[in-house]
Amino acid sequence: MFHWLEKNPFFFSVGVFVVIAFAGLIEILPNFAEASRPVVGLKPYSVLELAGKNIYMKDQCIACHSQLIRPFKAETDRYGQYSLSGEYAYDRPFLWGSKRTGPDLHRIGNYRTTDWHENHMWEPTSVVPGSIMPAYKHMFTNIADIETAYAEAVTVKNVFATPYGDEIKGTRAAWEAHKPAVLAEAAKIAADMKNKDVKDAVAAGNIPEVVALIAYLNRLK
Amino acid sequence: MQSNAALEYDYSVAKLFTYTTILFGFLGMLIGTLIAAQLAFPELNYLLGEYGTFSRLRPLHTNIVIFGFTLSGVFATFYYSAQRVLKVSMAESKFIMFIGKFHFWLYFVGALLGVISLLLGYTQSKEYAQFEWPIDIVIVLVWVLWGVAMFALIGIRREKALYISIWYYIACFLGIAMLYLFNNMSVPTYFASGGLGNILHSVSMYSGTNDALVQWWYGHNAVAFGFTVPIVAMIYYFLPKESGQAIYSYKLSLLSFWGLMFVYLWAGSHHLLWSTVPDWMQTMGSVFSVVLILPSWGSAINMLLTMKGEWNQLTENPLIKFMVLASTFYMLSTLEGPIQAIKSVNAIAHFTDWIPGHVHDGVLGWVVFMIMAALFHMAPRMFKREIYSKKLLEAQFWLQTTAVVLYFTSMWIAGITQGMMWRAVDEYGNLMYSFIDTVTVLHPYYAIRALSGVMYLTGFLMFAYNMYKTMTSSRELTEEPQFRSPMA
Repeated sequence: MFHWLEKNPFFFSVGVFVVIAFAGLIEILPNFAEASRPVVGLKPYSVLELAGKNIYMKDQCIACHSQLIRPFKAETDRYGQYSLSGEYAYDRPFLWGSKRTGPDLHRIGNYRTTDWHENHMWEPTSVVPGSIMPAYKHMFTNIADIETAYAEAVTVKNVFATPYGDEIKGTRAAWEAHKPAVLAEAAKIAADMKNKDVKDAVAAGNIPEVVALIAYLNRLK
Repeated sequence: MQSNAALEYDYSVAKLFTYTTILFGFLGMLIGTLIAAQLAFPELNYLLGEYGTFSRLRPLHTNIVIFGFTLSGVFATFYYSAQRVLKVSMAESKFIMFIGKFHFWLYFVGALLGVISLLLGYTQSKEYAQFEWPIDIVIVLVWVLWGVAMFALIGIRREKALYISIWYYIACFLGIAMLYLFNNMSVPTYFASGGLGNILHSVSMYSGTNDALVQWWYGHNAVAFGFTVPIVAMIYYFLPKESGQAIYSYKLSLLSFWGLMFVYLWAGSHHLLWSTVPDWMQTMGSVFSVVLILPSWGSAINMLLTMKGEWNQLTENPLIKFMVLASTFYMLSTLEGPIQAIKSVNAIAHFTDWIPGHVHDGVLGWVVFMIMAALFHMAPRMFKREIYSKKLLEAQFWLQTTAVVLYFTSMWIAGITQGMMWRAVDEYGNLMYSFIDTVTVLHPYYAIRALSGVMYLTGFLMFAYNMYKTMTSSRELTEEPQFRSPMA
């Protein structure tokens, strides 16, 4: 049979494809519906938090930080309750990471505050002596793209039925109407910060990346 | 074409991909060395402003090495060896020549766009699938073009039975096509929100645990079908060609090929041990990872036994040295992987530097060594000149071998040290170390790893220089060498 296959490229390719596709069908499909169900009480990310998640992706925090607490005593002592599948139901993409050059962040919102993050992102060694994390000073001046974050909220609401309220709609008018709510959320965070440029930017209606990022990190609980 | 004339193969596309293999290899390893040094000396994060941090550069390193260097090498060796084992020349068909050249240029433009987009921070944040949707579309087109060229060449072949290398190239084509498509399924937010926000942004079709499962089914098998399958294709062609030895066992190649195809895909979930994916999937991942030793070692042993009775070539021909070392590192790496996939070992190894250590003994020792040996074998035949310097080749071999050993030993120690420190408790059951203690302790290992990077990169530059001189100024050959590549 193998000799025959080697002379018939079409059937050879079909054979290879069936053999390699088999595992995916059996391993991935059966649990698909089950695994995407949210835990009770889980709220979708706010637009500002989504913008922060996008900063987290843009600057690839995932290169050094995980968001997955494994069910070991050493991990629950260090980071808190081990992670549950349903907590990730609104995470697109998942941001578990594969390397902990820095600590896990899945419940960072439980034990770090806005001002700690502000100091840390400006100069990591000021709060963690010996840290090898780079400073992210550009996040204090770059402006977060909240319109794209809003577009993302609209997308996941329309396409994946993520439970957002009626005010999240795919029109420019709806976005203009929602914008003040995003700014108000950012203003609350800026109030806990000391960087004057950041405060001024938020007051002027621009949200620096660091504010959105902190909103996201505070949400991780 | 007259049947009694010797076939003149056309290497124009193979040459183009050879150039990009060298270019992207240098770029990828340069960035790799820089980010390795950043972990030891954090001040190096500030060389390029916001574009120069470890986090921004790390995906560039991985993507340039995978989609730039390795894929170029796969395409270069394919366009070289496929003609020869199928007994047809690219020049026989205008259509195939056009597809081949179009394939190259679209690939090159796509790769440059990919590099720029990652530098600017456009990313889907899924490992080795970072490119945003427009680049994904270019990659799919590039892949389709390769498939067209491949099956068109197969379609007009004179040798009816497909040689083993062609099996593996076909598997590479099909495997990556399936994996890449499914893992990159995403919805562009601009179009789904009535034209709001950035047109490049998209959201994954899958969420949370499902996304993780699809991603690591992809991530693990992108390694399988990008870093293993086509490299095995290369060694099955180039080792017999360089040594003049026939493959040791046809049955063993058959067993390893179909075994590898069936088993590899199951093992993806070993990246998700102790996570929130269902337990039975984790167990399947573990079990199949161990089974995977069989087909992997099958190929490697088949290669080593091919040299049976001819081991003197190992001392005489540096290219044989590269290839034998490559298959040895393949064995090391495919034993190490299954060990890490055992749940209790994984509890310590996961999230630590042992994982990049494992990746790099496979990639630096196996993939890069094999691709360089293949290009060195091709150069005298494509450019009709002998290899410029045997001495340089020998020096490069030892420098890079030492570098790989330094790399993985330092990362083994770093990984196991950190894994043990994270879980260490004192006599009252309290954690003994704060997280930062487990970082600062790694400094010497990070410094050794950076040094090994500098050494390996230097070796790669020696390779590039040797290739350049071979192409331009070494002694011309009057006829094609049959087996052993001539070198000065």
